[in-house]
Amino acid sequence: MDRVPVLPLGDVLLVSIQVDLEDQLALRLQEDLAEKIVATGVHGVIIDITALDIVDSFVGRMLATIASVSRVLDAETVVVGMRPAVAITLVELGLPLRGIRTALNVELGLRMLREARPEAPVEELEPDDTTAAA
Amino acid sequence: MIQAEPSGPVRRQDIVGDDDVVRVRQLVRTVAVETKLTLVDQTKLVTAASELARNTLVHGGGGYAEVQQVTNGRRLGIRIMFADTGPGIPDLDRAFTDGYSTGGGLGLGLSGARRLMDELDLSTEVGKGTVVTAVKWER
Amino acid sequence: MELNAAKRISVILAERQDEIVAQWNDIVRQNLRGRLTKGELAQQITELYGALRAALDGGGLTADAPAAAELAGLLTDLSANRARQGFTVSETAISVFAVKNAVYTVGGGEDLLSKADFAEFSLFVDQLGLQTVEAYMATRDGLIAEQTQQLMELSTPVVKLWDGVVAVPLIGTLDSARSQIVMERLLEALVETGSPYAILDITGVPAVDTQVAQHILKTVVAAQLMGAQCVISGIRPQIAQTIVSLGIEFGDIVTKANLADALQYVLRAGGVEMVRRTPKSAI
Repeated sequence: MDRVPVLPLGDVLLVSIQVDLEDQLALRLQEDLAEKIVATGVHGVIIDITALDIVDSFVGRMLATIASVSRVLDAETVVVGMRPAVAITLVELGLPLRGIRTALNVELGLRMLREARPEAPVEELEPDDTTAAA
Repeated sequence: MIQAEPSGPVRRQDIVGDDDVVRVRQLVRTVAVETKLTLVDQTKLVTAASELARNTLVHGGGGYAEVQQVTNGRRLGIRIMFADTGPGIPDLDRAFTDGYSTGGGLGLGLSGARRLMDELDLSTEVGKGTVVTAVKWER
Repeated sequence: MELNAAKRISVILAERQDEIVAQWNDIVRQNLRGRLTKGELAQQITELYGALRAALDGGGLTADAPAAAELAGLLTDLSANRARQGFTVSETAISVFAVKNAVYTVGGGEDLLSKADFAEFSLFVDQLGLQTVEAYMATRDGLIAEQTQQLMELSTPVVKLWDGVVAVPLIGTLDSARSQIVMERLLEALVETGSPYAILDITGVPAVDTQVAQHILKTVVAAQLMGAQCVISGIRPQIAQTIVSLGIEFGDIVTKANLADALQYVLRAGGVEMVRRTPKSAI
């Protein structure tokens, strides 16, 4: 059974979407993610869509759902790596992706998540942690 | 009516299950690359095709897609056609409004596709089915 | 077009080949005024002549006959080359039409071909000439499009102003095509440099129309979708009025009077503090 890998990275879960998401895969991802957030108690989720050359309304809905569910579980979601052509198309499509925070890459996404939780104890991430997931 | 002459073979993909939506995307992408559309135009085209394919599956109960390179005498383009024998669309105005969908969700299928494509034609009959045809021209 | 006419013409072309080719060469050379070497031209004419005869031998007196395929190919190449080398469309077309003249002249007092046959031949050559012109124009259009693209890219520099800040200073008229290129380049620069901030400076842009204003707007929204902020600076009074009168909502897009203000804003937003130190001594 194919699954999209969800990797723990400090206080964050990193999801790197590499393939054309078909419906079943997307649903499984949503479930896996919710379970892992609860299991690990992380407060951040980074979804890396660098490999996606298409984001249609289905993927948009999936990202919005993940963001909402994560928020209920006390985790903030940041979508990173959106390609310019995808961004231009989404603007044309009129898909606002409201409620979804975005950053240019994983590093900036992590920074955004850190800044979102000033009260959390500062975890010094080793340089290797970020490069291993990149 | 969309004015376009065929300039390549018709390629067909049945739309019966989820993975067919992915196949439609791949098919459209192949033809787009052959036709040398810019990256942005390719992305818009494939995204529109994805929306329409999903519509065919979810609202139309399944059907098929046809992709063909066309020309208007001066420029090349790609024509995508989606046909189903589903319930049809009773209220066209609402169907083309953002946010409309009897299936729930954002339902941006038709209005979104129309924005992304250069031309879009739709014919539907309640109880019989729907055919959507759209063209994207090279710049 | 008659099979027999083609055959008759082909026979004459075979019999009087050397003279006709020489005459053809002369007419074209005079017209091109030495911009093509004698040898090069001679080779082209000879090749064309060969293909012309082959086409006629194949029985076709139309330019799209299968027997004329080689001829058509040669002509297309010839036109494309002439276009690239900067010859005018007339100079290129004459290279083809001159064969009529050559056949006519070589006849001298006597007619090489009957009136009817010469008329057929003439119509055939006319078709070839038109094909040549089409091919020439297509190449020229292609060249112009290429140059325009290059020009647009050259005049759209993306400058890194600071760590995490890129700027695109635009100068000159912005039309729909150019603003799309600007949009794509700016967004790509954001990804490549990993800059969360971009400044689009339009001090050097005298006016914008609805389409361009929409493109600028879309650029800013697209940047936002990607996780970056795009600030617009240098909006001239006339442009501000245009935007408002067109009813375009700039909403929460940050605009600054000039590039310096925009840079200051962006640096502050990014958490950078600038401190001015008192100079040790005045010069």
